[in-house]
Amino acid sequence: MTQTSAPGTVAYDEDTPRLFAVATIVWGIVGMLVGLYVALELAFYQLNFDQPWLTFGRLRPLHTNAVIFAFAGNAVFAGIYYSTQRLCRTAMWSVALSKLNFWGWQAIIVADALALLSGYTDGKEYAEPVWSIDVAITLVWVAFAVNFFMTLAKRREKHLYVALWFYMSTVITIAILHVVNNLCVPVTMLKGYSVYSGVQDALIQWWYGHNAVGFLLTTPFLGLMYYYLPKAAERPVYSYRLSVIHFWSLIFLYIWAGPHHLLYTALPDWAQTLGMVFSLMLIAPSWGGMINGLMTLKGSWDKVRTDPILKFFVVGLSFYGMSTFEGPMMSIKSVSAVGHYTDWVVGHVHGGALGWVGFVTFAMLYWMVPRLWKTELWSVRLATAHFWVATIGIVLYMTAMWIAGVTQGLMWRAVTPEGTLAYTFIETVKVLKPYYVVRALGGALYLGGAIMMGWNLLMTMRSGQVRPELIPIKADETPQAHERTVQPISAEVVSQ
Amino acid sequence: MTHDLLEKKSLLMAVVSTIVILIGGIVEIVPLYAVKAQVPAIAGVKPYTPLEVEGRDIYLREGCYTCHSQMVRPFRDEAERYGPYSKAGEFVYDHPFQWGSKRTGPDLHRVGGKYPNSWHYIHMRNPRDVSPDSIMPNYPWLLSRGLDTSTTQRKLRALRTVGVPYTDEEIAAADQSLRKQADEIVASLKSAQIADAEADREIIALIAYLQRLGMDINWRNSDATAQR
Repeated sequence: MTQTSAPGTVAYDEDTPRLFAVATIVWGIVGMLVGLYVALELAFYQLNFDQPWLTFGRLRPLHTNAVIFAFAGNAVFAGIYYSTQRLCRTAMWSVALSKLNFWGWQAIIVADALALLSGYTDGKEYAEPVWSIDVAITLVWVAFAVNFFMTLAKRREKHLYVALWFYMSTVITIAILHVVNNLCVPVTMLKGYSVYSGVQDALIQWWYGHNAVGFLLTTPFLGLMYYYLPKAAERPVYSYRLSVIHFWSLIFLYIWAGPHHLLYTALPDWAQTLGMVFSLMLIAPSWGGMINGLMTLKGSWDKVRTDPILKFFVVGLSFYGMSTFEGPMMSIKSVSAVGHYTDWVVGHVHGGALGWVGFVTFAMLYWMVPRLWKTELWSVRLATAHFWVATIGIVLYMTAMWIAGVTQGLMWRAVTPEGTLAYTFIETVKVLKPYYVVRALGGALYLGGAIMMGWNLLMTMRSGQVRPELIPIKADETPQAHERTVQPISAEVVSQ
Repeated sequence: MTHDLLEKKSLLMAVVSTIVILIGGIVEIVPLYAVKAQVPAIAGVKPYTPLEVEGRDIYLREGCYTCHSQMVRPFRDEAERYGPYSKAGEFVYDHPFQWGSKRTGPDLHRVGGKYPNSWHYIHMRNPRDVSPDSIMPNYPWLLSRGLDTSTTQRKLRALRTVGVPYTDEEIAAADQSLRKQADEIVASLKSAQIADAEADREIIALIAYLQRLGMDINWRNSDATAQR
């Protein structure tokens, strides 16, 4: 099923990453637009317009599903399909499975959006798709997994680069999390009941929910960072040893941290404590990734001044470091006591989502789209403007949510000297309005930046062309002859 | 270096990664099933009635969990505001759980019996009629839409499959039970001057569910319960 090519050359499948790149841009803008709308609904409840499909309760899951599975999901596919072929020096194993992956994933997104707007949901956060859509997700994911692992099996480059380790852990872990958390007994095609209940359901859901963050929004993006950052910076990865240590410790520790979403709930104490302790330990491997990324720029910091792609990487890694410090702090039980159930959590999520996932995606697209369309980026100045607008947007968003969250958390627990509650619940709602307005403004800026990118990349695509490219395989890169030692590994990604 | 072997064998790498990511989940999840004492049983906790099951599904459908938690934490202020803290045994029939993660609105685990049925009816039509500064959306369609009971028995059977102990008799009599409970709620609404209340509407099922929440441990004094 491999693509035909002249002897001694390889033709990578570039259609698939091109399609995924376009889908990333389109769904990103759609998902962020829905996010802006739900943010405005919190500031101005009238925007619910008495229409079932426009209410916050239905649009909020649509927003989270769209940005996680449609925007970030398509970005991960785009990046993996582009880089895996190059890291393995071979085309994807099956073009048919690549196409099935792309069109299947887009069909799932559309079906899920319609289902959520119509009120068909499993009622579990980030796992809202109903069982029939869950089955489709499983099938498409398996198609992706088979294609990915078969490509690894027929690779010409014997050595597996660090990005591939992260991709592998993503492919495996997401499959396990998705299947286990969504097990249910069907009633109709669009309705089923979780086989788990109460405390067990809560623990399994947050084992899933936390590791969806870990293995859909962290490990694949670290993999993408390990491929695209050295490319963009034209520098080898800073430390090979650090990448080994932080990879294994990250994937081991992450899984344990789910119960930090359930502190002070009816979950048994020992599980809460395990969740808190492992969350705290998670700082180390997370920062290992950040440090390895930032130090890769050693010697080329001057380029950061002029190159918007490196700007996105630097600030994206910084937000990754900040979020992975903030998260463990929020997992301390006494901090969670104040922060849980408040907008602080929303702010934290968006620091990681907008700052890390979004910025790595933008950097990857600005680097990859001109190469996929064999042209130059249409406007570097517009990309730089996108960077600044988005950064200001995130800062507004997070600051507003920090203040809102801590304010509300403290007001809930305030008591008068007489020992009664100092505030009614509704008083703690009223106080949040200005912060909700500022948050929506921050979100609008971020969305505006994404639209600028959409325009910039559209013009880039129009100026380019889609033509197949035959890459010569050098003699020493045939599977038999090719043996690499550890030493050149960090340099090899730059040269490919 | 031994890691070099992993970096050249993709299958080995995949197998080792899988083992590494399975450990944490197994250690945390298995004891909750293997050790019964992890979720102490509470005698008063009963399965939801057919009408409450339908009401709960409306609660899911409208995404109420995106703004309301159902988990009172063991803090002084939460006990003061909501009632006794939530216990693991109270949720054994919740498929799925609805503890939530955000309180844009207040916690609802102890909302059962807090307000009369008529309050919920008016509140769902327009929250500002009972809470002037509320930012909750109106849900007027719940008052006009008929409740779909065509799958109620199948729902009960599916729930029995996942462990809720409904008897054959209870499932066979689901429609009568549902109608009877709905009529009682409508009677209380009529006596509270809500003339347009009808038993076959979605709002009645949702009220039944909300009034059930947190009531299995029977913590409200008899006066408060009588107000329902």
